[in-house]
Amino acid sequence: MLDEIIALIRKEATLEWRQKYALNGILLYVVSAVYITYLSIGVKGGTVQVPTWNALYWIIILFSAVNAVAKSFIQENQGRQLYYYMIASPEAIIISKIVYNTGLTLLLSLLGYIVFSVVLGNPVQDQPMFMLNLVLSAVGFSACLTMVSSIAGKAGNNGTLMAILSFPILIPMLLLAIQISKNAIDGLDRGVSLDKIVTLLAINGIVGATSYLLFPFLWKS
Amino acid sequence: MKATWWKVLAVALLAYTLIAGLLADVPRLPILNETVRALYFHVSMWFSMVIMLTVGVVYSIKYLRNGRLEDDDMALEFTNGAILFGVIGIATGSLWAKFTWGAYWTNDPKLNAAAIGLLMYFAYLILRNSLTDIFQRAKISAVYSIFAYAAFIPLIFILPRLTDSLHPGNGGNPGFNAYDMDSQLRMVFYPAVIGWALLGTWVSTLRVRYRRLARKMEEKMINQ
Repeated sequence: MLDEIIALIRKEATLEWRQKYALNGILLYVVSAVYITYLSIGVKGGTVQVPTWNALYWIIILFSAVNAVAKSFIQENQGRQLYYYMIASPEAIIISKIVYNTGLTLLLSLLGYIVFSVVLGNPVQDQPMFMLNLVLSAVGFSACLTMVSSIAGKAGNNGTLMAILSFPILIPMLLLAIQISKNAIDGLDRGVSLDKIVTLLAINGIVGATSYLLFPFLWKS
Repeated sequence: MKATWWKVLAVALLAYTLIAGLLADVPRLPILNETVRALYFHVSMWFSMVIMLTVGVVYSIKYLRNGRLEDDDMALEFTNGAILFGVIGIATGSLWAKFTWGAYWTNDPKLNAAAIGLLMYFAYLILRNSLTDIFQRAKISAVYSIFAYAAFIPLIFILPRLTDSLHPGNGGNPGFNAYDMDSQLRMVFYPAVIGWALLGTWVSTLRVRYRRLARKMEEKMINQ
């Protein structure tokens, strides 16, 4: 099982590396989105308010993550899916996709963070906390979005469906992530965010477990 | 005819809710005053909604286990019923908020959770309509409905408790620490929840029967 998962993750990475346009496209998407935000709020050398910074950052990450993960079941054509169906177990497939998408989402968040810091300034006072929050929300986002993209993939793969199915499910995670990130930016005592981090972990656990249990039913159809 | 007792019970309970709910004494609570009666008509909507969603999810799981379309009918119609209750819950809550808080909508975790929950289930209906094959539709929407339910329950039970809220039932506002339900309120509230849930079940089962008949007719037409 573990070998299978590792092999599948390696396969995802190799495929991505061969078709660099998808990866580069999504990276450029993040940079452009940040830049558009920067120009739209028209900061003339000044800084934005912390809550605005926070909200804009997370909205950009949310949209980039939806776009990045949406392709995970679109990229592959019917024939190739049938091939995986024969050689790999559905559990291994969903876990490998979630792990791979977590990496991708994390990469996007980090890139977004760097570009944000460069153009809009970096108000974050508690860096380790902010990073921990990024990792946790990347796991949650990718678990939820991978599952939703496999559902949307069965229903003809349109982008609207992907968005309307995933947004309501992502909102609790997004709200928690925004609150934790706000605390980290203000450099509050870590005890303040502790219960929120635990809740975020719990939601990640629930979403991950349901994806793991439900994916085999989708895969069979 | 053997299965009518619960329909009679539903009508009796709802008649009791209407009469006792509007006429019986209620405790005088600051700010809430007479509007505490909304408990019987607004809060009970959410209870019935959660009950019906749970029934829907149970039938979704049943469908995934044995693939009978009858279970899918039940899952769909109970979810539909739950959505109806959710919409009524939002509408009644909004009216109540206008008279107590002065606005139809406030940025409150409970209100937001309710709205997000409805968004989830509207998305469920759209997902269903976007699939054409009936077995495919039943299976995929069952998967989504279970997934959404798993995300919805923490949303309504955990998140509102993390933040303070104006909404009665939680928060630090002394005048609103109501619903420390006294026995007078309970006397009507519990029957009201059961009554509304039974009414929802009645509506849903009627629609399930209609759906099954329609399928039978269709099959007859095809096989002619």
